[in-house]
Amino acid sequence: MIGDWLDIGPTDQIAPGNARTLPVKGGEEIAVFHTLDNRFYALVNRCPHKQGPLSQGIVHGNVVTCPLHNWNISLRTGEALGDDEGCVPTIPLRVDAGRLYLLREAVVGKKAA
Amino acid sequence: MNAPMTFGNDKQAITHRERLVVIGNGMAGCRAVEEILARDPGRYAIAIFGAEPRVNYNRIMLSPVLAGEKAFDDIVINSAEWYAQNGIELIAGDPVEQIDRATQTVIARSGRVEPYDRLLIATGSDPFIIPVPGRKLPGVVTFRDLDDVDRMLAAAEKGGSAVVIGGGLLGLEAAHGLSLRGMAVTVIHLMPTLMERQLDEAAGWLLKAELERRGQTILTGADTAEIIGKDGPDGECVAGVRLKDGREIAADIVVMAVGIRPATALAKAAGLDVERGIMVDDHMITSDPAIMAVGECVQHRGTCYGLVAPLWDMCRALAGHATGAPSGYTGSVTSTKLKVSGIDLFSAGDFSGGEGAEDIVMRDAARGAYKRVIVRDGKLVGAVLYGDTADGSWYFDLLRKGEDVSAIRDALIFGQAFASGGALADPNAAVAALSDDAEICGCNGVSKATVVATIRQGACSLDAVRSQCKASASCGSCTGLVESLLRLTLGDEIEAGPKTLCKCTSFSHDDVRRLILEKELKAIPQVLQELHWSTADGCSSCRPALNYYLLCAWPGEYEDDQQSRFVNERLHANIQKDGTYSVVPRMWGGITSPQELRAIADVVEKYDAPMVKVTGGQRLDIFGIRKEDLPAVWADLNAAGMVSGHAYGKSLRTVKTCVGSEWCRFGTQDSTGLGVKIERMTWGSWMPHKFKIAVSGCPRNCAEATIKDFGVVCVDSGYELHVGGNGGIKVRATDLLCKVATEEEALEVCAAFVQLYREQAHYLERTAPWIERVGLAAVKAGLFDDPGAVRRLAARFRHSQQFMQDDPWARRAAGEDAELHRHLAEVRPMEFAQ
Repeated sequence: MIGDWLDIGPTDQIAPGNARTLPVKGGEEIAVFHTLDNRFYALVNRCPHKQGPLSQGIVHGNVVTCPLHNWNISLRTGEALGDDEGCVPTIPLRVDAGRLYLLREAVVGKKAA
Repeated sequence: MNAPMTFGNDKQAITHRERLVVIGNGMAGCRAVEEILARDPGRYAIAIFGAEPRVNYNRIMLSPVLAGEKAFDDIVINSAEWYAQNGIELIAGDPVEQIDRATQTVIARSGRVEPYDRLLIATGSDPFIIPVPGRKLPGVVTFRDLDDVDRMLAAAEKGGSAVVIGGGLLGLEAAHGLSLRGMAVTVIHLMPTLMERQLDEAAGWLLKAELERRGQTILTGADTAEIIGKDGPDGECVAGVRLKDGREIAADIVVMAVGIRPATALAKAAGLDVERGIMVDDHMITSDPAIMAVGECVQHRGTCYGLVAPLWDMCRALAGHATGAPSGYTGSVTSTKLKVSGIDLFSAGDFSGGEGAEDIVMRDAARGAYKRVIVRDGKLVGAVLYGDTADGSWYFDLLRKGEDVSAIRDALIFGQAFASGGALADPNAAVAALSDDAEICGCNGVSKATVVATIRQGACSLDAVRSQCKASASCGSCTGLVESLLRLTLGDEIEAGPKTLCKCTSFSHDDVRRLILEKELKAIPQVLQELHWSTADGCSSCRPALNYYLLCAWPGEYEDDQQSRFVNERLHANIQKDGTYSVVPRMWGGITSPQELRAIADVVEKYDAPMVKVTGGQRLDIFGIRKEDLPAVWADLNAAGMVSGHAYGKSLRTVKTCVGSEWCRFGTQDSTGLGVKIERMTWGSWMPHKFKIAVSGCPRNCAEATIKDFGVVCVDSGYELHVGGNGGIKVRATDLLCKVATEEEALEVCAAFVQLYREQAHYLERTAPWIERVGLAAVKAGLFDDPGAVRRLAARFRHSQQFMQDDPWARRAAGEDAELHRHLAEVRPMEFAQ
């Protein structure tokens, strides 16, 4: 079971309201978010609009506002909200005993799993 | 009988007014009086008896009072002034105990005897108490009036657990309130699904699941056997409830909310015709022509109503007849909304299905939404909406009008916008399509025609409409409809009203700034709480605005909230389209040195920056720096004596200068020297928006000072100070603010103007739109009307600056907030490891 999940370290590395990044060699950079109501989400760090780094946006509720053109992206579904259309892949994330785990196959792609 | 005495013919007109006595100071009694006054204010001398010792209030709003969302004052319908202004005698706290029809008098508990020409019975209903053992124990309460609410609040204060018997509208609202007040709540409901009189099984199940998710325990199909007592400090009190299946549920308070029955005892004792309710005809006249009755105590055409909407219709019919213009009441179709915040639920009409009824159902499991409409013989006869009730008033309107809906049957379930062929996707158009008698405000029974008439008579804002016709003044669920009517009726005029700060609040920018100072709010969560923000932690519009307003209001006290800053202000650099950053070091007044240029050149090479460019503000901009490298870049620039140029902030950007009298053959003053002094004074200050300054050494204006937020144009005799210029999308030349003789005065006025802008402009409002909004005269008045104003504003600016002028780059270069720049980790899958 542990093998299916990638340990990316303790939860306290990300302050509430912030996000941090996780580059993936040969894959797309991942942004891990910590919301103000203490939830964690992981998305590919790329706005569906013009590829803005979502990790640098303002986090409010379970939404992040892209820093480039203010698109609002749901952290839960990765979908653009409001009148905008588009979706960014989400990475299944699990919190266990104060550590964050990402689903390995979603991080590195099927062939590496 | 106490006949009124007369003292001469001139008083005849008054003493001959008929005397109307109203039994019941509740919603029905007072509404009937209001309707009569609206038609013929001088017709009756009116006295109202009320059992409760208080003025008339909106009983259906007791639930929000219990939930802590409203205070008693918020739900008062008619204040003591209303009674006084209309010459109504209010006898509160003295219930009528007997009606003597032979002498046409009523007798109150105190022994008071009042004669009447016309009597109106509006005694409402009594809570139904199920006849189980223990029902009279202390701690068993009903949910009918303010005293009941006070009893529940007293119990909730001590915490513990509550049992609510009855899973109907009233019971669920009581359970919600007690739950919000911190009690562990169990709802006991006899029927298999909640609110079975208003909801079908599917919607009842969604409701149950949602309430359980919120921590309530819901027991359906549960029949109460008895209420158990225990010995308490003040004698026996309630301990819990035992069900017929043997289960026991402990409780510190038991709320009995199983239903109501018309309060008919008084009428029955007086010999009036009474079945379930007091029998009335279409004009609300009882079996005694001198006695009328209205509200929940009556039975009309075989029906007793327990909801508020029919009451408004009854009162209209009653008043029509009582003032000689009978209109008649033919019964009401009712609709229901549950007042539990966060749960949207609507039902109307008949949804029992049966022969000839066609169901149209739509479910959206992801959103937890459920819609069902029932059509019979081509007409809409019922609707149940859960999760999305926006179309409730449209369905209700179709239902009451009984029009043939066959033509739109296929689209009916998708709501008004879709069924109208998309033409009504605009919510204003949807409201425009409602008929004049469509009910807008269910709490206060206000029709569309009344709201529109109120607006036409001069109520141009939501608040004015609320105070003048009470629409949207109670639960607020129709606020959107009223706003649409304002837009439809007034067109653009409503736009004159102040805009709210963002969608999370109904306060304007100015309100928020004022309240931050008045209430001494010093943190964003505190503002959100105290000013009733509708979102848990704001949005990307309001958070940066609030952060700035707090920073400006409490210099040195407020701790900047990094999470409320746009990325550029968090990373002290400008984000570019590829996610890299550009870095602009400060060059005071646009003057640089070989050492600075060398340091910049070194950074460009060391970090492989793809481009370096001279900016419009006379600085050098290094492009393509990765966020991880920013602290190291800053350390190198710091080492050469350069600090952050704030090219990224809603802050003082640059002071652009021309060379002035030191070199230029036309120069009149030392414009570069003054520019450097101004930049030294103003750098690092946060502003509502970016702020650009320029100093030109002569009217040829090479520094382009007349398209800056603050511009100085030097002349032989001194300095012309200009404000409000903008070279952006919409070019605006500055307005001349004033002319001063010395550099010191120029600096002082600059500081004062910057501070006035900092304190008064809305967040993200440049000086140009700010001045156009408030007018140059207001800006001048703020600075110059009071001879001490410039000095005081400038002093406040300098005070604020002492907390702002340390280089954010230096702190980051020293390692502060390093996690903002570093990656969490890096993933290198096995196949890339080799």
